[in-house]
Amino acid sequence: MESTVTYEGDLNLKATELRLGLPGTDESEREKPMVPVAVRNNKRPLTGSTDESKSASCASDARDGDRETRPAAKEQVVGWPPIRSYRKNSFQPKKTEADPAGIYVKVSMDGAPYLRKIDLKLYKGYSELLKALEDMFKFTIGEYSEREGYNGSEYAPTYEDKDGDWMLVGDVPWDMFISSCKRMRIMKGSEARGLGSCA
Amino acid sequence: MSYSFPEEVLEHVFSFIHSYKDRNAISLVCKSWYEIERWCRRQIFIGNCYAVSPRITIRRFPELRSVSLKGKPHFADYNLVPQGWGANMYPWVAAMAQAYPWLEELRLKRMVVTDDTLELISRSFKNFKVLVLSSCEGFTTDGLAAIAANCRNLRELDLRETEVDDPSGNWLSHFPESCTSLVSLNFACLEGEVSFSALERLVGRCTNLRTLRLNQAVPLDKLANLLRRAPQLVDLGTGIYSAEVRPELYSKLTGAFAGCKELKSLSGLWEVVPAYLPAIYPVCAGLTSLNLSYATIQSADLIKLISHCRNLQRLWVLDYIEDSGLESLAASCKDLQELRVFPSDPYGAEENVTLTEQGLVSVSEGCPKLHSVLYFCRQMTNAALFAIARNRPNMTRFRLCILEPRTPDYLTLQPLDAGFGAIVEHCKGLRRLSLSGLLTDRVFEYIGTHAKRLQMLSVAFAGDSDLALHNVLSGCKSLRKLEIRDCPFGDKALLANASKLETMRSLWMSSCSVSFGACKKLGQKMERLNVEVIDERGPLDSKPNESFVERLYAYRSVAGPRLDKPSFVWTVDENSAMRLS
Repeated sequence: MESTVTYEGDLNLKATELRLGLPGTDESEREKPMVPVAVRNNKRPLTGSTDESKSASCASDARDGDRETRPAAKEQVVGWPPIRSYRKNSFQPKKTEADPAGIYVKVSMDGAPYLRKIDLKLYKGYSELLKALEDMFKFTIGEYSEREGYNGSEYAPTYEDKDGDWMLVGDVPWDMFISSCKRMRIMKGSEARGLGSCA
Repeated sequence: MSYSFPEEVLEHVFSFIHSYKDRNAISLVCKSWYEIERWCRRQIFIGNCYAVSPRITIRRFPELRSVSLKGKPHFADYNLVPQGWGANMYPWVAAMAQAYPWLEELRLKRMVVTDDTLELISRSFKNFKVLVLSSCEGFTTDGLAAIAANCRNLRELDLRETEVDDPSGNWLSHFPESCTSLVSLNFACLEGEVSFSALERLVGRCTNLRTLRLNQAVPLDKLANLLRRAPQLVDLGTGIYSAEVRPELYSKLTGAFAGCKELKSLSGLWEVVPAYLPAIYPVCAGLTSLNLSYATIQSADLIKLISHCRNLQRLWVLDYIEDSGLESLAASCKDLQELRVFPSDPYGAEENVTLTEQGLVSVSEGCPKLHSVLYFCRQMTNAALFAIARNRPNMTRFRLCILEPRTPDYLTLQPLDAGFGAIVEHCKGLRRLSLSGLLTDRVFEYIGTHAKRLQMLSVAFAGDSDLALHNVLSGCKSLRKLEIRDCPFGDKALLANASKLETMRSLWMSSCSVSFGACKKLGQKMERLNVEVIDERGPLDSKPNESFVERLYAYRSVAGPRLDKPSFVWTVDENSAMRLS
């Protein structure tokens, strides 16, 4: 090490000198040849508020000017950040309703030559869903009642739930429905009339 | 002065004194007090297993019932200590099996514990009651099965954050049907399934069970059954807190929680499904400790839950709580003493949640009893640190981790020296401090000047020169543990403060500028300091004195150099040469 530091007399004022310049603008002291780990500070000030971050980010741009070609992925440093390994293993991607993938389920219609797929996330409730199905397959569903199912139509919308059972659409709360629905089938004819609301 | 009181009277008086410090003070009064004290000492704490040997321990304290032992240095938690470094428990147990047949308690941290060791424990100590393994490794569930089967009076089996291989559910079934003594069972860190029927029967017959921490393999409906069987629980770790939304399970769970009138501590909560959170509400008012650090739920759900927990003293949570959640916490939980906020996406380059310095400032403002903080974030300012310091002069533990190393104050682009300086200046009782962000030598000047009660300091990617290290070593009167990584500190400060190191438990320096030659000098100069060079790059004795070592671990010891060194550890012996293992 090039150190000129002694402790008996010299206070080594330079090392603790208060400077007005930005850190990193001094030549020799900033050179750290002994830090073997390739960690770069490519951090930009975060956009939280407006004006401060704008001016700060301009300054940061100037500082980081020579670093713009840095790849976006961070190089990982051993043991940094200091998190125990059992915590790392349990990280899950954040589960949110803002999942852009949507909940796509197959919909089959008795007698139709091919199936369709719909995104259940697009609908806020049963009425919207049923309207969309009516439009898609060109049929009418009829009125839902808890006692009698779908009256006034020879069709009944059904779905297969996570247990593999075929259920009538509309019996359970909407949120419960979209989380348990695996696929849908629009039943027709006598089969349809056989289904009622289960107790 | 032994003619003043009969020994029995002194012994009786000493039996009321439990703190290690006081016990040590007693033993220094005079020779006869030393003798009496050592014969009636029942519990001992050894902060560094290599500071002393089993033989020395047994020779001085022949009647121990409870031993607490710590092994690897703290940075081993972050994979900075190579595998095989040491801290083997077996030699200790082998020696104690002879000397302490009535041993009741072992509390181990960062030790390597093998199945053989566990088996030996289970067979050697007839009255064994308490086994706590914290951050340990090296054993499988076979070892646990031996403990379960053979320790007839087992009260506590606590596996904290410990890695266990090849988990199989059978170990739990090894508790005999006659076992009713369990007070505390924690297997949260195991990965495999346990036999649910065995678990239910065990919980049912151990009517004194106060702590039960399940692992992720225990589903929600089983949790409800267990709670029904153990409504007296004070400390619960749930299993996985997720299931399809089913009304009958929900009401079963709510009813089970409602029956737990004594519950003070809640943890586990992996993979939380928000719909099931309200089932916990019946116990929230009584909770003093809540660990949500595995619950990947959003701020709104977190706020709802926390707002029910008015008596909370300790909260561990992920940064999904965001600044808004922390503001809410500050308003609801006026008894809060400890807050830990963990990062949900530590390796991501971009911010994924709105958790900033503001959240911590809010809590420091709103919670007058807050004194212990661990906070992972992506940005910080000196102003925020000033505010925290002024708000909370009662701070005792302050660990800040800004995820990107060397991050400056994002508003001023200055180093965070002044902010941390304010912390050490205002918080006169500060015992533990972890630094991060952009820091120059200046912050270490502040620390050396003000942090007179500081016992443990963790430093990474900070400082400019040896002056920094010198300031810490010469200024921090109470320093016991110093751990440093990736800082340009080196020989001069070390050698100038060599005698300080003998007043501390240990010093760790990795990826710094410490030369091989300086390590040799240090080891030669200080007789009761074990200076270890931990370096995996090959034989060091052929390297020049000026070459830098990968890691230095120096600790005081009365046991002399280690005899169980692996090939990548070098120590200095009395013959002034670097000796290979």
